[in-house]
Amino acid sequence: MEKILLKDIDKVNLNNINVYAESGGYETLKKVLNMNPETIIEEIKKSKLVGRGGAAFPTGLKWEFVRKEKDAPKFLICNADEGEPGTFKDRILLRNNPHLLLEAMLIAGYAIGANKGIIYIRGEYFAEIEKLKRAIEEAKIKGYLAKDILGANFSYGIEIHCGAGAYVCGEETSLLESLEGARGCSREKPPFPTHSGFMGKPTLINNVETLCNVPAILKNGGDWYSKIGSPNSPGTKLFCLCGHINKPGVYELPMGITLGELIEKYGGGVKGEFKAALPGGVSSSLLTDLDVQLDYKNVTNAGSMLGSGSIIVINKETSVVSAMENCLEFFTHESCGLCVPCREGTKRAKEMLTRIASGKGQKKDLDALLELSEVMPDTARCGLGQAAMNAASSAIKLFKEEFQNLRNNSV
Amino acid sequence: MDKNDKLEWKAKVDEIIEKQGKTRNALLPCLKIIQEEISYISEEAINYLRERLDVSSVDIYGTITFYGMLTTQKQGEYVIRMCNSLPCYLNGSQKIIKILEDELGIKSGKTTSDGKFTLELVSCLGLCDKAPAMMVNKEIYGNLNEERLKQIIKLKKEK
Repeated sequence: MEKILLKDIDKVNLNNINVYAESGGYETLKKVLNMNPETIIEEIKKSKLVGRGGAAFPTGLKWEFVRKEKDAPKFLICNADEGEPGTFKDRILLRNNPHLLLEAMLIAGYAIGANKGIIYIRGEYFAEIEKLKRAIEEAKIKGYLAKDILGANFSYGIEIHCGAGAYVCGEETSLLESLEGARGCSREKPPFPTHSGFMGKPTLINNVETLCNVPAILKNGGDWYSKIGSPNSPGTKLFCLCGHINKPGVYELPMGITLGELIEKYGGGVKGEFKAALPGGVSSSLLTDLDVQLDYKNVTNAGSMLGSGSIIVINKETSVVSAMENCLEFFTHESCGLCVPCREGTKRAKEMLTRIASGKGQKKDLDALLELSEVMPDTARCGLGQAAMNAASSAIKLFKEEFQNLRNNSV
Repeated sequence: MDKNDKLEWKAKVDEIIEKQGKTRNALLPCLKIIQEEISYISEEAINYLRERLDVSSVDIYGTITFYGMLTTQKQGEYVIRMCNSLPCYLNGSQKIIKILEDELGIKSGKTTSDGKFTLELVSCLGLCDKAPAMMVNKEIYGNLNEERLKQIIKLKKEK
């Protein structure tokens, strides 16, 4: 299978601009600067690329929304606040191929009519921050991040903004709050950031992986990309494989590969016996069917979500109740605390799971957990609270006996 | 804390404000640089930012306490960020956390009395292919087991 994102990833010193250029780096930018922005957006739409950060929104459409806004200035933000437990795909791109991201951001900026790009990167990615800083300096020297780039009437600059340890800032409106120096509490939508984002201006927010697909799409054409992988969500995906797996890592594969094939053929099999997997980090629901095809539509049809493509494998020796207790501990810790369903919901759910895990649970705990898993998706303000109960409620449905058994042991 | 350190963070804060302008957008970068320089956000620093950025102290305090990497309590020389999320949990992080607490003689979230170590349980660090994993300041330590962990702590204690 031909790789797109990780094509040159093993090349020594790829993060050096000269090595990147030897692999055809910045050639697509040169090509694109002679194109009409509308034509570029048309190609992205044709590719059927959807956002790889988790929400799977059509990328070309998002670009078009920002392009069509009259207000100025416009901003491009790269969301590099990778924080969903089990996700470490953007890290590999940031560390080993930062120029691919910069080239993509230049192209996106040109297409939407922005002159400023901001990379919001999580604060714990120390090494990656340094790599990006160096790459930006190199691109400035070469005249890619400058005024009138390559003689075109287009000027562009990229800044890095480091997060400070808050998962919720990966949610795009929380990210904007954080960029503006505030607590990372989500904003009401609408207005969407494409209309009113950073400093109230039209803002395009794309994930690292999404953007990194852009140069290849414009080099080879949208039609080419749309024929790769699964027809309902084309392209390749960076799958992060972790948990009880023999060969954890990031694998670039066409969308639509089955969960079983990913685990057996690439992950070297399960450590122990397969019990279940979370296909989109701890925000997704458990899957037990190894034949599920990993693309956005099929995973949704199977009752879960592909999200950022973080596959966490769980073996049979694991207590699913305790694993869910850990998931809710995460959400309790990361809830911004602004809306009651999320702030209280995550906290109480964690308490109930702790009781059940320690054999002190009661029937009313299980009932309340199920009720929370219906109320929170409907009432929480942002994706964090809406998704916090996905894993736990699927666990109760799929492994009811474990929750039951523990309750029967109670005094 | 000697005086030079203080001057250092003030100079860096001034530099950020000069570059970004006197806007609230500069608050987080300023807080981060102070945290990095003096390992916490002191009252003096909050007051300084209040004057420079026209943001109230209570607002600055609220921002600091929201973010996991910012603190108003002085942190140890080595800040250990131990991952407490599911991929590490499935690979035995609970045992590693227990060993860390025993070796350092503190509970998670605390700093040793000699000011050498701070132990924090943090959310996923994106090191899931090396689970269980932790960071000590800016260094990454993955595939932790009892022996390796004790050795790391021993080396840091001796430094």
